[in-house]
Amino acid sequence: MTAQTPFGDYPDAIESVAGSMAARPRSRPARQLGALPWMIVFGIGVIYFLLPLIGTLNYSFKSQPALSAYTAIVDDPKFFSSLIYSFVIGLITILVSITIIVPTAFWVRLRVPRARPMIEFITLLPFVIPPIVLVFGLISTYSHPPLPFTHTDLGSSALLVAGYVILSFPYMYRAVDTGLRAIDIQSLTEASQSLGAGWVRIMIEVILPNLRVALLSGAFLTLAIVVGEFTMAIFLARPAFAPYLSLLGDSKPYQQAAVALISFGLTWIAMGFIALLGRGSRSGVTVGGAR
Amino acid sequence: MTATTAQGAPLARPGRQRPRLAWLGLLPFLGFATLFLLIPTTYLIVGSLQDRTGQFTLQNYQDLTGGIPVNAYLTSIEISFVTAVAGGVFGFLMAYAVISGGLPRPLRSGLMTFSGVASNFAGVPLALAFTFTIGRTGLLTVLLKDGLGVNIYDQGFSLYTKLGLELTYFYFQLPLMILIIAPAIDGLKKEWREASENMGASSAQFWRYVALPVLMPSLLGSMILLFGNAFGAQATAYQLTGGFINLVTILIGNQLTGDVLHNKGAGYALAMGMVAILGVTLLAYSWLQRRSERWLR
Repeated sequence: MTAQTPFGDYPDAIESVAGSMAARPRSRPARQLGALPWMIVFGIGVIYFLLPLIGTLNYSFKSQPALSAYTAIVDDPKFFSSLIYSFVIGLITILVSITIIVPTAFWVRLRVPRARPMIEFITLLPFVIPPIVLVFGLISTYSHPPLPFTHTDLGSSALLVAGYVILSFPYMYRAVDTGLRAIDIQSLTEASQSLGAGWVRIMIEVILPNLRVALLSGAFLTLAIVVGEFTMAIFLARPAFAPYLSLLGDSKPYQQAAVALISFGLTWIAMGFIALLGRGSRSGVTVGGAR
Repeated sequence: MTATTAQGAPLARPGRQRPRLAWLGLLPFLGFATLFLLIPTTYLIVGSLQDRTGQFTLQNYQDLTGGIPVNAYLTSIEISFVTAVAGGVFGFLMAYAVISGGLPRPLRSGLMTFSGVASNFAGVPLALAFTFTIGRTGLLTVLLKDGLGVNIYDQGFSLYTKLGLELTYFYFQLPLMILIIAPAIDGLKKEWREASENMGASSAQFWRYVALPVLMPSLLGSMILLFGNAFGAQATAYQLTGGFINLVTILIGNQLTGDVLHNKGAGYALAMGMVAILGVTLLAYSWLQRRSERWLR
Protein backbone atom coordinates (compact mmCIF):
# COMPACT_ATOMS: atom_id res chain seq x y z
CA MET A 1 0.00 0.00 0.00
CA THR A 2 2.93 2.30 0.61
CA ALA A 3 3.48 2.40 -3.10
CA GLN A 4 0.13 4.11 -3.47
CA THR A 5 0.71 6.89 -0.99
CA PRO A 6 1.56 10.11 -2.72
CA PHE A 7 4.73 10.57 -0.71
CA GLY A 8 6.04 7.14 -1.59
CA ASP A 9 9.25 6.72 0.32
CA TYR A 10 8.38 8.91 3.24
CA PRO A 11 5.46 7.25 5.01
CA ASP A 12 6.42 8.87 8.28
CA ALA A 13 6.35 12.31 6.77
CA ILE A 14 2.79 11.99 5.53
CA GLU A 15 1.48 10.89 8.89
CA SER A 16 2.48 14.26 10.28
CA VAL A 17 1.29 16.21 7.28
CA ALA A 18 -1.84 14.19 6.68
CA GLY A 19 -3.64 15.50 9.74
CA SER A 20 -3.58 19.01 8.37
CA MET A 21 -4.71 18.01 4.87
CA ALA A 22 -8.42 17.76 4.43
CA ALA A 23 -8.11 15.80 1.22
CA ARG A 24 -6.22 12.86 2.68
CA PRO A 25 -8.85 10.99 4.67
CA ARG A 26 -11.28 11.29 1.78
CA SER A 27 -9.11 10.05 -1.04
CA ARG A 28 -7.68 7.04 0.72
CA PRO A 29 -10.76 4.86 1.26
CA ALA A 30 -12.00 5.98 -2.12
CA ARG A 31 -9.00 4.38 -3.73
CA GLN A 32 -9.25 1.13 -1.83
CA LEU A 33 -12.83 0.77 -2.94
CA GLY A 34 -11.55 1.67 -6.39
CA ALA A 35 -9.86 -1.70 -6.74
CA LEU A 36 -13.21 -3.52 -6.86
CA PRO A 37 -14.42 -2.21 -10.26
CA TRP A 38 -10.98 -2.99 -11.69
CA MET A 39 -11.23 -6.50 -10.29
CA ILE A 40 -14.56 -6.89 -12.11
CA VAL A 41 -13.10 -5.56 -15.38
CA PHE A 42 -10.20 -7.97 -15.03
CA GLY A 43 -12.54 -10.84 -14.20
CA ILE A 44 -14.72 -10.29 -17.25
CA GLY A 45 -11.63 -10.19 -19.45
CA VAL A 46 -10.29 -13.42 -17.96
CA ILE A 47 -13.62 -15.20 -18.48
CA TYR A 48 -13.70 -14.05 -22.10
CA PHE A 49 -10.11 -15.22 -22.61
CA LEU A 50 -10.64 -18.63 -21.03
CA LEU A 51 -14.06 -19.62 -22.39
CA PRO A 52 -12.94 -20.46 -25.97
CA LEU A 53 -10.08 -22.55 -24.59
CA ILE A 54 -12.43 -24.41 -22.26
CA GLY A 55 -14.88 -24.90 -25.13
CA THR A 56 -12.15 -26.41 -27.28
CA LEU A 57 -10.90 -28.63 -24.47
CA ASN A 58 -14.44 -29.79 -23.77
CA TYR A 59 -15.02 -30.63 -27.42
CA SER A 60 -11.77 -32.57 -27.71
CA PHE A 61 -12.83 -34.72 -24.74
CA LYS A 62 -16.11 -35.75 -26.40
CA SER A 63 -14.43 -38.35 -28.57
CA GLN A 64 -15.05 -42.01 -27.78
CA PRO A 65 -13.22 -43.84 -26.35
CA ALA A 66 -11.88 -41.27 -23.89
CA LEU A 67 -8.91 -39.22 -25.09
CA SER A 68 -8.97 -40.94 -28.47
CA ALA A 69 -8.79 -37.48 -30.08
CA TYR A 70 -5.32 -37.15 -28.60
CA THR A 71 -4.12 -40.68 -29.20
CA ALA A 72 -5.27 -40.43 -32.81
CA ILE A 73 -2.83 -37.56 -33.33
CA VAL A 74 0.09 -39.86 -32.68
CA ASP A 75 -1.11 -42.18 -35.44
CA ASP A 76 -1.66 -39.34 -37.89
CA PRO A 77 1.39 -39.03 -40.15
CA LYS A 78 0.02 -35.83 -41.67
CA PHE A 79 0.10 -34.15 -38.27
CA PHE A 80 3.84 -34.71 -37.98
CA SER A 81 4.67 -34.07 -41.61
CA SER A 82 2.79 -30.74 -41.69
CA LEU A 83 4.22 -29.66 -38.33
CA ILE A 84 7.75 -30.55 -39.43
CA TYR A 85 7.23 -28.80 -42.76
CA SER A 86 6.12 -25.60 -41.00
CA PHE A 87 8.98 -25.83 -38.51
CA VAL A 88 11.57 -26.22 -41.25
CA ILE A 89 10.03 -23.34 -43.22
CA GLY A 90 10.11 -21.30 -40.01
CA LEU A 91 13.77 -22.08 -39.33
CA ILE A 92 14.79 -21.22 -42.89
CA THR A 93 12.79 -18.00 -42.63
CA ILE A 94 14.61 -17.08 -39.42
CA LEU A 95 18.02 -17.80 -40.97
CA VAL A 96 17.33 -15.79 -44.12
CA SER A 97 15.77 -12.93 -42.16
CA ILE A 98 18.73 -12.69 -39.77
CA THR A 99 21.24 -12.95 -42.62
CA ILE A 100 19.56 -10.02 -44.36
CA ILE A 101 18.51 -7.81 -41.47
CA VAL A 102 21.53 -7.92 -39.14
CA PRO A 103 24.18 -6.76 -41.66
CA THR A 104 21.75 -4.17 -43.04
CA ALA A 105 20.82 -2.66 -39.67
CA PHE A 106 24.51 -2.76 -38.68
CA TRP A 107 25.60 -1.09 -41.90
CA VAL A 108 22.94 1.60 -41.63
CA ARG A 109 24.08 2.48 -38.13
CA LEU A 110 27.78 2.37 -38.97
CA ARG A 111 28.08 3.86 -42.43
CA VAL A 112 24.91 5.08 -44.08
CA PRO A 113 22.65 6.63 -41.44
CA ARG A 114 21.14 8.65 -44.26
CA ALA A 115 19.54 5.46 -45.58
CA ARG A 116 17.68 4.86 -42.31
CA PRO A 117 14.33 6.48 -43.26
CA MET A 118 14.22 4.50 -46.50
CA ILE A 119 15.12 1.19 -44.84
CA GLU A 120 12.62 1.77 -42.04
CA PHE A 121 9.96 2.62 -44.59
CA ILE A 122 10.55 -0.63 -46.48
CA THR A 123 10.53 -2.72 -43.31
CA LEU A 124 7.19 -1.17 -42.36
CA LEU A 125 5.57 -1.96 -45.72
CA PRO A 126 4.21 -5.36 -44.60
CA PHE A 127 1.88 -3.41 -42.33
CA VAL A 128 0.37 -1.80 -45.42
CA ILE A 129 0.62 -4.89 -47.61
CA PRO A 130 -1.08 -7.68 -45.64
CA PRO A 131 -0.34 -11.37 -46.31
CA ILE A 132 -3.29 -11.84 -48.65
CA VAL A 133 -2.15 -8.96 -50.87
CA LEU A 134 1.49 -10.03 -50.70
CA VAL A 135 0.71 -13.60 -51.73
CA PHE A 136 -1.56 -12.26 -54.47
CA GLY A 137 1.34 -10.20 -55.80
CA LEU A 138 3.86 -13.03 -55.43
CA ILE A 139 1.67 -15.54 -57.26
CA SER A 140 0.77 -13.04 -59.99
CA THR A 141 4.44 -12.21 -60.56
CA TYR A 142 6.07 -15.61 -60.21
CA SER A 143 3.58 -18.02 -61.73
CA HIS A 144 4.87 -17.54 -65.29
CA PRO A 145 8.23 -17.11 -67.08
CA PRO A 146 10.83 -15.74 -66.63
CA LEU A 147 10.62 -16.86 -62.97
CA PRO A 148 7.97 -19.62 -62.72
CA PHE A 149 8.44 -20.31 -58.99
CA THR A 150 5.00 -21.81 -58.50
CA HIS A 151 5.52 -24.52 -61.13
CA THR A 152 7.54 -26.69 -58.74
CA ASP A 153 7.13 -27.69 -55.09
CA LEU A 154 10.55 -26.37 -54.25
CA GLY A 155 9.83 -23.09 -56.00
CA SER A 156 6.52 -22.65 -54.15
CA SER A 157 8.20 -23.37 -50.83
CA ALA A 158 10.93 -20.88 -51.66
CA LEU A 159 8.28 -18.30 -52.48
CA LEU A 160 6.57 -19.07 -49.16
CA VAL A 161 9.85 -18.51 -47.29
CA ALA A 162 10.39 -15.26 -49.19
CA GLY A 163 6.92 -14.06 -48.19
CA TYR A 164 7.49 -14.98 -44.55
CA VAL A 165 10.86 -13.21 -44.53
CA ILE A 166 9.11 -10.06 -45.78
CA LEU A 167 6.47 -10.45 -43.05
CA SER A 168 9.24 -10.76 -40.44
CA PHE A 169 10.94 -7.52 -41.50
CA PRO A 170 9.00 -5.08 -39.26
CA TYR A 171 9.70 -6.73 -35.93
CA MET A 172 13.07 -8.24 -36.87
CA TYR A 173 14.46 -4.88 -37.96
CA ARG A 174 13.09 -3.14 -34.88
CA ALA A 175 14.48 -5.78 -32.54
CA VAL A 176 17.93 -5.74 -34.16
CA ASP A 177 18.06 -1.96 -34.40
CA THR A 178 17.12 -1.60 -30.73
CA GLY A 179 19.73 -4.20 -29.86
CA LEU A 180 22.40 -2.34 -31.83
CA ARG A 181 21.56 0.92 -30.10
CA ALA A 182 22.57 -0.63 -26.79
CA ILE A 183 26.11 -1.47 -27.94
CA ASP A 184 28.87 0.77 -29.22
CA ILE A 185 29.24 -0.79 -32.65
CA GLN A 186 31.65 1.89 -33.85
CA SER A 187 34.23 1.01 -31.18
CA LEU A 188 33.58 -2.72 -31.42
CA THR A 189 34.10 -2.63 -35.17
CA GLU A 190 37.26 -0.55 -34.96
CA ALA A 191 38.66 -2.77 -32.21
CA SER A 192 37.94 -5.93 -34.21
CA GLN A 193 39.43 -4.45 -37.34
CA SER A 194 42.63 -3.38 -35.63
CA LEU A 195 42.92 -6.98 -34.44
CA GLY A 196 42.68 -8.07 -38.06
CA ALA A 197 39.09 -9.31 -38.27
CA GLY A 198 37.22 -9.12 -41.59
CA TRP A 199 33.58 -8.16 -41.99
CA VAL A 200 32.25 -11.71 -41.85
CA ARG A 201 34.18 -12.44 -38.68
CA ILE A 202 33.03 -9.16 -37.08
CA MET A 203 29.44 -10.03 -37.91
CA ILE A 204 29.55 -13.59 -36.58
CA GLU A 205 31.88 -13.25 -33.61
CA VAL A 206 31.24 -9.71 -32.41
CA ILE A 207 27.87 -8.37 -33.51
CA LEU A 208 25.69 -11.52 -33.42
CA PRO A 209 26.60 -12.54 -29.84
CA ASN A 210 25.74 -9.03 -28.68
CA LEU A 211 22.32 -9.29 -30.28
CA ARG A 212 21.54 -12.69 -28.78
CA VAL A 213 18.45 -11.64 -26.85
CA ALA A 214 16.96 -9.52 -29.63
CA LEU A 215 17.55 -12.24 -32.23
CA LEU A 216 16.18 -15.04 -30.08
CA SER A 217 12.94 -13.18 -29.31
CA GLY A 218 12.60 -12.28 -32.98
CA ALA A 219 13.23 -15.92 -33.88
CA PHE A 220 10.62 -17.30 -31.48
CA LEU A 221 8.06 -14.78 -32.69
CA THR A 222 8.80 -15.74 -36.30
CA LEU A 223 8.44 -19.40 -35.45
CA ALA A 224 5.11 -18.82 -33.68
CA ILE A 225 3.81 -16.84 -36.66
CA VAL A 226 5.06 -19.15 -39.39
CA VAL A 227 3.78 -22.34 -37.74
CA GLY A 228 0.31 -20.79 -37.40
CA GLU A 229 0.22 -18.95 -40.74
CA PHE A 230 -2.61 -19.98 -43.02
CA THR A 231 -3.22 -17.42 -45.79
CA MET A 232 0.04 -17.59 -47.71
CA ALA A 233 0.45 -21.33 -47.19
CA ILE A 234 -3.01 -22.23 -48.51
CA PHE A 235 -2.77 -20.06 -51.63
CA LEU A 236 0.66 -21.45 -52.43
CA ALA A 237 -0.82 -24.93 -51.83
CA ARG A 238 1.86 -25.88 -49.29
CA PRO A 239 1.46 -28.90 -46.93
CA ALA A 240 1.81 -26.63 -43.88
CA PHE A 241 0.38 -26.96 -40.38
CA ALA A 242 -2.45 -24.39 -40.49
CA PRO A 243 -4.00 -25.70 -43.76
CA TYR A 244 -3.77 -29.21 -42.30
CA LEU A 245 -5.58 -28.06 -39.16
CA SER A 246 -8.17 -26.23 -41.22
CA LEU A 247 -9.11 -29.29 -43.28
CA LEU A 248 -8.93 -31.79 -40.41
CA GLY A 249 -12.47 -30.98 -39.25
CA ASP A 250 -14.10 -32.50 -42.32
CA SER A 251 -13.13 -35.99 -41.24
CA LYS A 252 -11.96 -35.79 -37.62
CA PRO A 253 -13.64 -32.94 -35.71
CA TYR A 254 -12.53 -34.05 -32.22
CA GLN A 255 -8.96 -34.48 -33.32
CA GLN A 256 -9.19 -31.00 -34.84
CA ALA A 257 -10.05 -29.56 -31.42
CA ALA A 258 -7.12 -31.39 -29.87
CA VAL A 259 -4.70 -30.13 -32.53
CA ALA A 260 -6.05 -26.56 -32.14
CA LEU A 261 -5.17 -26.78 -28.44
CA ILE A 262 -1.72 -28.11 -29.26
CA SER A 263 -1.27 -25.16 -31.60
CA PHE A 264 -2.22 -22.83 -28.76
CA GLY A 265 0.31 -24.62 -26.56
CA LEU A 266 3.05 -24.14 -29.18
CA THR A 267 2.33 -20.40 -29.31
CA TRP A 268 2.40 -20.36 -25.51
CA ILE A 269 5.83 -22.04 -25.46
CA ALA A 270 7.27 -19.59 -27.99
CA MET A 271 5.90 -16.57 -26.11
CA GLY A 272 7.08 -18.04 -22.83
CA PHE A 273 10.63 -18.09 -24.17
CA ILE A 274 10.29 -14.48 -25.33
CA ALA A 275 9.01 -13.41 -21.90
CA LEU A 276 11.91 -15.28 -20.31
CA LEU A 277 14.43 -13.60 -22.62
CA GLY A 278 12.82 -10.19 -22.25
CA ARG A 279 13.27 -10.03 -18.49
CA GLY A 280 15.46 -7.09 -17.68
CA SER A 281 15.24 -5.55 -21.12
CA ARG A 282 12.32 -3.47 -22.31
CA SER A 283 12.68 -4.33 -25.97
CA GLY A 284 10.32 -7.28 -26.07
CA VAL A 285 8.75 -7.94 -29.45
CA THR A 286 5.55 -9.88 -29.09
CA VAL A 287 3.21 -8.74 -31.81
CA GLY A 288 3.21 -10.33 -35.22
CA GLY A 289 0.49 -8.89 -37.43
CA ALA A 290 -2.83 -9.53 -39.08
CA ARG A 291 -4.15 -13.02 -39.65
CA MET B 1 39.84 -0.40 -51.92
CA THR B 2 43.54 -0.94 -52.65
CA ALA B 3 44.35 1.98 -50.40
CA THR B 4 42.77 0.30 -47.39
CA THR B 5 44.24 -3.14 -47.94
CA ALA B 6 47.70 -1.71 -48.45
CA GLN B 7 47.63 -0.44 -44.88
CA GLY B 8 47.10 -3.96 -43.57
CA ALA B 9 43.99 -3.91 -41.40
CA PRO B 10 41.12 -2.12 -43.10
CA LEU B 11 40.07 1.04 -41.34
CA ALA B 12 36.71 1.28 -39.70
CA ARG B 13 35.81 4.46 -41.51
CA PRO B 14 37.17 4.39 -45.01
CA GLY B 15 33.61 5.02 -46.17
CA ARG B 16 34.15 8.69 -45.52
CA GLN B 17 36.14 8.94 -48.69
CA ARG B 18 33.70 6.86 -50.70
CA PRO B 19 30.23 7.44 -49.30
CA ARG B 20 28.57 6.14 -52.45
CA LEU B 21 30.29 2.76 -52.18
CA ALA B 22 28.90 2.35 -48.67
CA TRP B 23 25.40 2.21 -50.12
CA LEU B 24 26.41 -1.02 -51.88
CA GLY B 25 26.29 -2.69 -48.47
CA LEU B 26 22.51 -2.32 -48.53
CA LEU B 27 22.23 -4.27 -51.78
CA PRO B 28 21.27 -7.66 -50.28
CA PHE B 29 18.40 -6.11 -48.35
CA LEU B 30 17.26 -3.85 -51.18
CA GLY B 31 17.56 -6.68 -53.69
CA PHE B 32 15.45 -9.05 -51.59
CA ALA B 33 12.84 -6.39 -50.88
CA THR B 34 12.71 -5.48 -54.56
CA LEU B 35 12.25 -9.07 -55.72
CA PHE B 36 9.67 -10.20 -53.18
CA LEU B 37 7.94 -7.02 -52.09
CA LEU B 38 8.34 -4.14 -54.52
CA ILE B 39 8.07 -6.03 -57.83
CA PRO B 40 4.98 -8.04 -56.77
CA THR B 41 3.33 -4.85 -55.49
CA THR B 42 4.24 -2.99 -58.66
CA TYR B 43 2.81 -5.87 -60.67
CA LEU B 44 -0.52 -5.40 -58.89
CA ILE B 45 -0.42 -1.62 -59.35
CA VAL B 46 0.34 -1.87 -63.06
CA GLY B 47 -2.27 -4.59 -63.53
CA SER B 48 -4.89 -2.48 -61.77
CA LEU B 49 -4.30 0.30 -64.32
CA GLN B 50 -4.64 -1.90 -67.43
CA ASP B 51 -7.61 -3.25 -69.29
CA ARG B 52 -7.74 -6.70 -70.91
CA THR B 53 -5.69 -5.58 -73.88
CA GLY B 54 -3.02 -3.89 -71.78
CA GLN B 55 -4.17 -0.35 -72.40
CA PHE B 56 -4.13 2.21 -69.60
CA THR B 57 -7.50 2.56 -67.86
CA LEU B 58 -9.09 3.63 -64.59
CA GLN B 59 -12.13 1.46 -65.25
CA ASN B 60 -10.92 -1.24 -62.82
CA TYR B 61 -11.17 1.22 -59.94
CA GLN B 62 -14.56 2.40 -61.13
CA ASP B 63 -15.72 -1.23 -61.09
CA LEU B 64 -15.06 -1.31 -57.35
CA THR B 65 -17.71 1.29 -56.62
CA GLY B 66 -20.63 -1.01 -57.27
CA GLY B 67 -22.09 -4.23 -55.89
CA ILE B 68 -19.94 -6.88 -54.26
CA PRO B 69 -16.60 -5.03 -53.95
CA VAL B 70 -18.06 -1.93 -52.30
CA ASN B 71 -20.00 -4.13 -49.88
CA ALA B 72 -16.82 -6.02 -49.08
CA TYR B 73 -15.02 -2.78 -48.24
CA LEU B 74 -17.92 -1.54 -46.09
CA THR B 75 -18.15 -4.80 -44.15
CA SER B 76 -14.38 -4.97 -43.64
CA ILE B 77 -14.27 -1.37 -42.48
CA GLU B 78 -17.24 -1.83 -40.16
CA ILE B 79 -15.84 -4.97 -38.52
CA SER B 80 -12.39 -3.42 -38.17
CA PHE B 81 -13.83 -0.20 -36.73
CA VAL B 82 -16.13 -1.90 -34.22
CA THR B 83 -13.46 -4.30 -32.97
CA ALA B 84 -10.84 -1.54 -32.85
CA VAL B 85 -13.00 0.73 -30.70
CA ALA B 86 -14.38 -2.04 -28.49
CA GLY B 87 -11.00 -3.73 -28.18
CA GLY B 88 -9.37 -0.35 -27.63
CA VAL B 89 -11.67 0.73 -24.81
CA PHE B 90 -11.82 -2.58 -23.00
CA GLY B 91 -8.13 -3.27 -23.59
CA PHE B 92 -7.29 0.08 -22.06
CA LEU B 93 -9.50 -0.65 -19.05
CA MET B 94 -7.91 -4.06 -18.54
CA ALA B 95 -4.39 -2.73 -18.87
CA TYR B 96 -5.23 0.11 -16.48
CA ALA B 97 -6.75 -2.40 -14.04
CA VAL B 98 -3.53 -4.40 -13.71
CA ILE B 99 -1.14 -1.44 -13.86
CA SER B 100 -2.82 1.23 -11.75
CA GLY B 101 -6.03 -0.37 -10.49
CA GLY B 102 -4.51 -1.69 -7.30
CA LEU B 103 -4.69 -5.34 -8.33
CA PRO B 104 -2.02 -7.78 -7.10
CA ARG B 105 1.21 -7.32 -9.03
CA PRO B 106 1.58 -10.90 -10.40
CA LEU B 107 -1.68 -10.38 -12.32
CA ARG B 108 0.08 -7.79 -14.43
CA SER B 109 2.92 -9.99 -15.71
CA GLY B 110 0.48 -12.86 -16.10
CA LEU B 111 -1.85 -10.77 -18.25
CA MET B 112 1.02 -9.39 -20.31
CA THR B 113 2.42 -12.83 -21.11
CA PHE B 114 -1.04 -14.17 -21.89
CA SER B 115 -1.68 -11.17 -24.14
CA GLY B 116 1.48 -11.97 -26.07
CA VAL B 117 0.14 -15.46 -26.67
CA ALA B 118 -3.47 -14.46 -27.39
CA SER B 119 -2.57 -11.67 -29.81
CA ASN B 120 -0.68 -14.27 -31.84
CA PHE B 121 -3.36 -16.92 -31.41
CA ALA B 122 -5.26 -15.77 -34.46
CA GLY B 123 -6.31 -17.51 -37.62
CA VAL B 124 -7.48 -21.10 -37.93
CA PRO B 125 -7.20 -22.30 -34.30
CA LEU B 126 -8.92 -19.16 -33.02
CA ALA B 127 -11.86 -19.59 -35.37
CA LEU B 128 -12.10 -23.24 -34.32
CA ALA B 129 -12.04 -22.35 -30.62
CA PHE B 130 -15.00 -20.02 -31.10
CA THR B 131 -16.86 -22.62 -33.14
CA PHE B 132 -16.44 -25.13 -30.32
CA THR B 133 -17.61 -22.53 -27.79
CA ILE B 134 -20.47 -20.54 -29.31
CA GLY B 135 -21.00 -22.33 -32.60
CA ARG B 136 -24.31 -24.10 -33.16
CA THR B 137 -23.33 -26.98 -30.88
CA GLY B 138 -20.67 -25.13 -28.90
CA LEU B 139 -20.18 -25.47 -25.17
CA LEU B 140 -21.67 -22.09 -24.23
CA THR B 141 -24.55 -22.39 -26.69
CA VAL B 142 -25.53 -25.76 -25.22
CA LEU B 143 -25.08 -24.57 -21.64
CA LEU B 144 -27.34 -21.57 -22.26
CA LYS B 145 -29.94 -23.77 -23.92
CA ASP B 146 -29.94 -26.50 -21.28
CA GLY B 147 -29.37 -24.26 -18.28
CA LEU B 148 -31.39 -21.14 -19.03
CA GLY B 149 -33.58 -22.40 -21.83
CA VAL B 150 -32.23 -19.74 -24.15
CA ASN B 151 -31.25 -20.81 -27.63
CA ILE B 152 -29.14 -17.90 -28.86
CA TYR B 153 -29.41 -19.19 -32.41
CA ASP B 154 -33.21 -18.77 -32.19
CA GLN B 155 -32.67 -15.25 -30.90
CA GLY B 156 -30.93 -14.24 -34.10
CA PHE B 157 -27.33 -14.77 -33.04
CA SER B 158 -24.98 -16.59 -35.35
CA LEU B 159 -21.25 -17.00 -35.05
CA TYR B 160 -20.95 -17.06 -38.82
CA THR B 161 -22.12 -13.48 -39.33
CA LYS B 162 -20.66 -10.04 -38.81
CA LEU B 163 -21.40 -10.04 -35.08
CA GLY B 164 -19.87 -13.48 -34.60
CA LEU B 165 -16.79 -12.44 -36.51
CA GLU B 166 -16.48 -9.30 -34.38
CA LEU B 167 -16.72 -11.36 -31.22
CA THR B 168 -13.94 -13.59 -32.57
CA TYR B 169 -11.67 -10.76 -33.77
CA PHE B 170 -12.05 -9.21 -30.31
CA TYR B 171 -9.98 -12.14 -29.02
CA PHE B 172 -6.81 -10.89 -30.72
CA GLN B 173 -7.69 -7.18 -30.68
CA LEU B 174 -8.09 -7.03 -26.91
CA PRO B 175 -4.67 -8.48 -26.02
CA LEU B 176 -3.00 -6.44 -28.75
CA MET B 177 -4.44 -3.28 -27.19
CA ILE B 178 -3.29 -4.35 -23.73
CA LEU B 179 0.25 -4.85 -25.04
CA ILE B 180 0.58 -1.57 -26.91
CA ILE B 181 -1.22 0.72 -24.46
CA ALA B 182 0.61 -0.56 -21.35
CA PRO B 183 3.72 1.63 -21.88
CA ALA B 184 1.50 4.72 -22.20
CA ILE B 185 -0.28 3.93 -18.93
CA ASP B 186 3.11 3.35 -17.32
CA GLY B 187 4.07 6.80 -18.56
CA LEU B 188 1.29 8.51 -16.59
CA LYS B 189 3.37 10.05 -13.85
CA LYS B 190 2.24 9.67 -10.29
CA GLU B 191 3.22 13.29 -9.69
CA TRP B 192 0.49 14.49 -12.03
CA ARG B 193 -2.18 12.80 -9.95
CA GLU B 194 -0.67 14.16 -6.74
CA ALA B 195 -0.44 17.64 -8.16
CA SER B 196 -4.05 17.68 -9.30
CA GLU B 197 -5.25 16.20 -6.02
CA ASN B 198 -3.31 18.80 -4.07
CA MET B 199 -5.03 21.46 -6.10
CA GLY B 200 -8.37 19.98 -5.17
CA ALA B 201 -9.22 18.24 -8.42
CA SER B 202 -11.63 15.33 -8.25
CA SER B 203 -10.84 12.02 -9.90
CA ALA B 204 -13.15 12.91 -12.78
CA GLN B 205 -11.43 16.26 -13.24
CA PHE B 206 -8.04 14.58 -13.23
CA TRP B 207 -9.14 12.26 -16.03
CA ARG B 208 -10.92 14.99 -17.98
CA TYR B 209 -8.15 17.58 -17.91
CA VAL B 210 -4.90 15.67 -17.35
CA ALA B 211 -4.84 11.94 -18.01
CA LEU B 212 -7.06 11.65 -21.08
CA PRO B 213 -5.48 14.55 -22.99
CA VAL B 214 -2.04 13.02 -22.35
CA LEU B 215 -3.20 9.52 -23.26
CA MET B 216 -5.39 10.50 -26.21
CA PRO B 217 -2.73 10.28 -28.96
CA SER B 218 -1.63 6.85 -27.70
CA LEU B 219 -5.22 5.65 -27.37
CA LEU B 220 -6.17 6.79 -30.86
CA GLY B 221 -2.91 5.53 -32.34
CA SER B 222 -3.36 2.11 -30.76
CA MET B 223 -6.93 1.87 -32.00
CA ILE B 224 -5.77 2.75 -35.51
CA LEU B 225 -3.23 -0.05 -35.26
CA LEU B 226 -6.04 -2.37 -34.17
CA PHE B 227 -8.11 -1.23 -37.13
CA GLY B 228 -5.32 -2.16 -39.54
CA ASN B 229 -4.81 -5.44 -37.75
CA ALA B 230 -8.43 -6.50 -38.26
CA PHE B 231 -8.64 -5.05 -41.76
CA GLY B 232 -5.80 -7.22 -43.04
CA ALA B 233 -6.97 -10.43 -41.35
CA GLN B 234 -8.05 -13.25 -43.63
CA ALA B 235 -7.51 -16.67 -42.07
CA THR B 236 -9.85 -16.21 -39.09
CA ALA B 237 -12.78 -15.10 -41.25
CA TYR B 238 -12.08 -17.76 -43.87
CA GLN B 239 -12.04 -20.58 -41.34
CA LEU B 240 -15.07 -19.29 -39.43
CA THR B 241 -17.38 -18.68 -42.37
CA GLY B 242 -15.91 -21.05 -44.94
CA GLY B 243 -15.21 -18.04 -47.14
CA PHE B 244 -18.88 -17.05 -47.25
CA ILE B 245 -18.62 -13.64 -45.66
CA ASN B 246 -17.98 -10.75 -47.99
CA LEU B 247 -14.79 -9.15 -46.66
CA VAL B 248 -12.10 -7.55 -48.82
CA THR B 249 -9.51 -10.14 -47.78
CA ILE B 250 -11.92 -13.01 -48.50
CA LEU B 251 -12.89 -11.49 -51.84
CA ILE B 252 -9.24 -11.10 -52.83
CA GLY B 253 -8.70 -14.74 -51.95
CA ASN B 254 -11.68 -15.83 -54.05
CA GLN B 255 -10.45 -13.65 -56.89
CA LEU B 256 -7.00 -15.22 -56.61
CA THR B 257 -8.33 -18.76 -56.93
CA GLY B 258 -11.26 -18.26 -59.26
CA ASP B 259 -11.45 -14.76 -60.76
CA VAL B 260 -14.90 -14.25 -59.18
CA LEU B 261 -14.99 -10.66 -60.41
CA HIS B 262 -14.46 -11.90 -63.98
CA ASN B 263 -11.90 -9.17 -64.44
CA LYS B 264 -8.29 -9.64 -63.40
CA GLY B 265 -7.69 -5.89 -63.38
CA ALA B 266 -10.51 -5.32 -60.90
CA GLY B 267 -8.93 -7.92 -58.62
CA TYR B 268 -5.66 -5.99 -58.64
CA ALA B 269 -7.54 -2.75 -58.01
CA LEU B 270 -9.32 -4.43 -55.09
CA ALA B 271 -5.97 -5.27 -53.52
CA MET B 272 -4.64 -1.78 -54.16
CA GLY B 273 -7.68 -0.19 -52.52
CA MET B 274 -6.83 -2.21 -49.45
CA VAL B 275 -3.21 -1.05 -49.54
CA ALA B 276 -4.42 2.56 -49.86
CA ILE B 277 -6.67 2.28 -46.80
CA LEU B 278 -3.92 0.63 -44.76
CA GLY B 279 -1.48 3.29 -45.98
CA VAL B 280 -3.71 6.02 -44.58
CA THR B 281 -4.00 4.20 -41.25
CA LEU B 282 -0.21 3.85 -41.04
CA LEU B 283 0.27 7.57 -41.75
CA ALA B 284 -2.29 8.49 -39.11
CA TYR B 285 -0.64 6.11 -36.69
CA SER B 286 2.87 7.50 -37.15
CA TRP B 287 1.57 11.06 -36.82
CA LEU B 288 -0.17 10.23 -33.53
CA GLN B 289 2.87 8.26 -32.40
CA ARG B 290 5.04 11.36 -32.71
CA ARG B 291 2.50 13.38 -30.75
CA SER B 292 2.30 10.84 -27.94
CA GLU B 293 6.07 10.68 -27.53
CA ARG B 294 6.02 14.26 -26.30
CA TRP B 295 4.62 13.25 -22.93
CA LEU B 296 5.63 9.65 -22.56
CA ARG B 297 9.33 9.65 -22.02
